[in-house]
Amino acid sequence: MHDRLAETVRIEGARILATLIRTVGNLQIAEDAVQEAVLAALREWPATGVPPQPRAWLTLTARRKAIDILRREGARAAKEREGADLMELSRPDLPPEGVVRDDQLRLIFTCCHPALAPESRVALALRTLCGLSVAQTAAVLLTNEAAMAKRLTRTRQKITASRIPYRVPADADLPARLPAVCAVVHALYTSGHAPVGGPVLVDVDVCGEAVRLARLLHSLLPDEAMPAAVLALLLLTEARRPARVDPAGEVVLLADQDRARWDAALIGEGRALLDASLRRTAGVADPYQLQAAIAAEHARSASYAGTDWAEIVRLYDLLLSVAPSGAAALSRAVAVAEAAGPAAGLDALGPVPPGPRWHAVRAELLARSGRYGAAVEAATEALAGELTDPERRHQERRRAEWSARLT
Amino acid sequence: MAQYLALTYTADVDWFAPEQAEAVAEYRVFAKENAQHLKASAVLHPTSTATVVRVVGARGGDVITTDGPYAETKEALTGYYLIEADDLDAAVAIAAEIPAAWGGAVEVRPVLAAN
Repeated sequence: MHDRLAETVRIEGARILATLIRTVGNLQIAEDAVQEAVLAALREWPATGVPPQPRAWLTLTARRKAIDILRREGARAAKEREGADLMELSRPDLPPEGVVRDDQLRLIFTCCHPALAPESRVALALRTLCGLSVAQTAAVLLTNEAAMAKRLTRTRQKITASRIPYRVPADADLPARLPAVCAVVHALYTSGHAPVGGPVLVDVDVCGEAVRLARLLHSLLPDEAMPAAVLALLLLTEARRPARVDPAGEVVLLADQDRARWDAALIGEGRALLDASLRRTAGVADPYQLQAAIAAEHARSASYAGTDWAEIVRLYDLLLSVAPSGAAALSRAVAVAEAAGPAAGLDALGPVPPGPRWHAVRAELLARSGRYGAAVEAATEALAGELTDPERRHQERRRAEWSARLT
Repeated sequence: MAQYLALTYTADVDWFAPEQAEAVAEYRVFAKENAQHLKASAVLHPTSTATVVRVVGARGGDVITTDGPYAETKEALTGYYLIEADDLDAAVAIAAEIPAAWGGAVEVRPVLAAN
């Protein structure tokens, strides 16, 4: 119950923050005001009950807190106060929906400004667009709270000192600015979907948050191909999530997943979005469209064995030509192995930079070639690197199976 | 309005050498076209003419002077413009017109407002 309440308050808080930043003219003060309002709600509502209009309660409370902070900061904040619209802050009514949506889009483009470091954009998005606490943001991005607080402070300072505008770019500038925004949404999802190491311990559904943001971005810019492709990719990946881990929390490989547990509604929505996005694109597909197409190809197939692996390899080749990456090259090698056998897969692995997941794939392909000794060695290499706990257990299990075949 | 210092990093050339005349002309065109946004500018002699000054310990300590940069770098600080613009996006749009932005780089830094 408290968790549901906390989540509602957090999402509402993030929603009202965007408008408050514009009215106060300062990111830090607006953030502090919303934070205080959120804490007040979490303190009072369990006792008094949720007010009939929670959004109005939070909005008005945050405005009052903002006025308090501006007064408290006194002369130091005098400069900010010049920019602050105290009239609007003291109004009792809520901003119209259209204004809120414009403000949300402004905040997205400010948080994802290309002048900010990519890691800072992701951190700021989690803090302001998703309303996570500093501690939660640090946990998602695998760092400690003090380091995260410092990074967020530096980022806000850069926004203020260099005057990164609180504005949606002109249509002519959108093609240049959208990739940075889409990259943040995608990085958010990836950080929740494939954490590099450690147990699954983050108490927020980061994947869910990324999907929420992708939906918001697509709804704010419905005519742009890239946000539609990002949402398609996230939905098609999200559709498989229930089948990726078994009830004991163990990893289930794509080959072994119960496809009946894939979310057919999300797959349908994702494929429709991908089609719509592709129709808007003339010429070369972007990396999100290609990754979504790969996910759609998997979703289309009734079984792992029935997958059109040649088509998957072709899509990975296209993806690597527009956006080369180690992860994509590794996935391509897996697809090559399925299409043309483990020897071809091992050849395809050759030029890919090694890492724990590279060793894990190599181990699997060696075992499939009957080379269990080499497979055990490769699995040991994989286990020496950073893996999530479920991945680690899976790798240990496989290594034990292959060892047993040696004796 | 805010002020930004746009530092140009380019090949470490001698702008006064005759073979740079064409490049210098390009910079003149930029300065003319953006005159209303430019509050100051300077062109620097090559880094081989630089002197580094350090005072040992605190003020009044021994003054140590050494010659120029520490290593041969491909790009060196060769000049600057002081830009006045509404916000970073506007400053970046102007900086993108400085010839150093292609073939080199322009670093845009907000100037601390003097109170």
